[in-house]
Amino acid sequence: MSAITNVARASLSKDLRLEWRSKDAINSMLFFALLVVVIFSFSFDPTAEESRRIAGGLVWVAFLFAAVVALNQTWARELRNQVLDAYRVSPAPANALFLAKAFGNFIFVIVLETFMTPLFIVFYNLRALGPAYQLLIVSALGTWALVVNGTFFAAMSLRTRSREIMLPLLLFPISIPALLATVEATTAILTGDFSAKFWIVLLAAYNVVFTTACLLLFDTVLNAE
Amino acid sequence: MNHVSHAAATPIIVIHDLVKQFGRFAALRGVSAEFVSGRLYAIVGENGAGKTTLLRSLAGLTRPTRGTISMLGTTDLRSVCRQVGYMAHPSLLYDEMAGMENLRYFARLYGIQDDERCAATITAVGLDPALTRPVGQYSQGMRQRMSLARAMIHDPRILLLDEPFSNVDAHSARQMTHLLKQLRDAGKTIFVVTHQASQLEHAADEFVQMEAGLITRRTRELMMAETP
Repeated sequence: MSAITNVARASLSKDLRLEWRSKDAINSMLFFALLVVVIFSFSFDPTAEESRRIAGGLVWVAFLFAAVVALNQTWARELRNQVLDAYRVSPAPANALFLAKAFGNFIFVIVLETFMTPLFIVFYNLRALGPAYQLLIVSALGTWALVVNGTFFAAMSLRTRSREIMLPLLLFPISIPALLATVEATTAILTGDFSAKFWIVLLAAYNVVFTTACLLLFDTVLNAE
Repeated sequence: MNHVSHAAATPIIVIHDLVKQFGRFAALRGVSAEFVSGRLYAIVGENGAGKTTLLRSLAGLTRPTRGTISMLGTTDLRSVCRQVGYMAHPSLLYDEMAGMENLRYFARLYGIQDDERCAATITAVGLDPALTRPVGQYSQGMRQRMSLARAMIHDPRILLLDEPFSNVDAHSARQMTHLLKQLRDAGKTIFVVTHQASQLEHAADEFVQMEAGLITRRTRELMMAETP
């Protein structure tokens, strides 16, 4: 267990350092999400009430598309100079690498959300009528659902020729239940019309199932030829 | 002909009928061989002879289509990966990080937390551990030496090196050869896949000639190996 923790910590800190230096993932995610906010705000002119109803979907679709950019880049780094082979010949557990990548992507997407949320609030004149603190829970669970599968499928499409296309093709269908739960929960909190608890529980269950499945299968994905 | 015999020594690696196919192409076509410890083997042959595939198979990176590899008495190569160091043709290093940062990370993968050991390994390959510029800005020779340091960081008994002299100037190549001899003399078993076999003329204990996925000749002398 300590081997997993130590390797995961070392891999995570390496990924954060590389991202801090290059800012590849963060910059492209921010730029993409910013474009979505601006374009949508010019396309629609919703009232505050309408904004509350559509913002959940809008926000999460923007985060989903933006996250795909980061997900592709985190593994692309491991392909340069075939660095992944150095990991594969080492005794380090495959799960440690997966957890480090998933946590790294989680941090990147959370940073994106931190920057983008105030912009969404301003552009769409948003104010939560339900319990606002639940947005933090939905944000954490929704983001994890996005990155855990994204990290897994990005690794899976790593050796395919058109991996940029392959990742959304694999990720989006499997993310539909999580996306639905996240959007519904966000809308519930923003409008205050109904309770978000069911959707939060569904999201938590989705995360448990898919995190376990990814951890169990990642060794096979990493060592696939 | 000066063929090599290992009748007395116990083999550290035993390869039996190793076949590796990529689709319809057979990169290895039934390789069988034994290698004893404490020797430097130069694996030579033309492009496509199966040298790199053999090395990757020994490293556990390529699963054989058929046949077995026994290393240090086991066919479970994963269980002996701590005893094996692998240097590939690409550097297997992060270009954006400094040499010391790279080595520190790869050391952690082997459970090594000792920065002094990382620094000593970098020094052993003739580089300066205090160098802060990223590996991407190193010369090819420096990158190859850094790559060798990465392969050596956990002090493995077996070193698998793929083209360590590629794009390296003569002086750096001589330094690397000298280091390999030292490692061999310290009891390491070293496999060097190379197109520049002359670099190892006075260092290799054996030249293993490969052709079309088979080991066709094993000799002590370079000339015989190079001209089948």
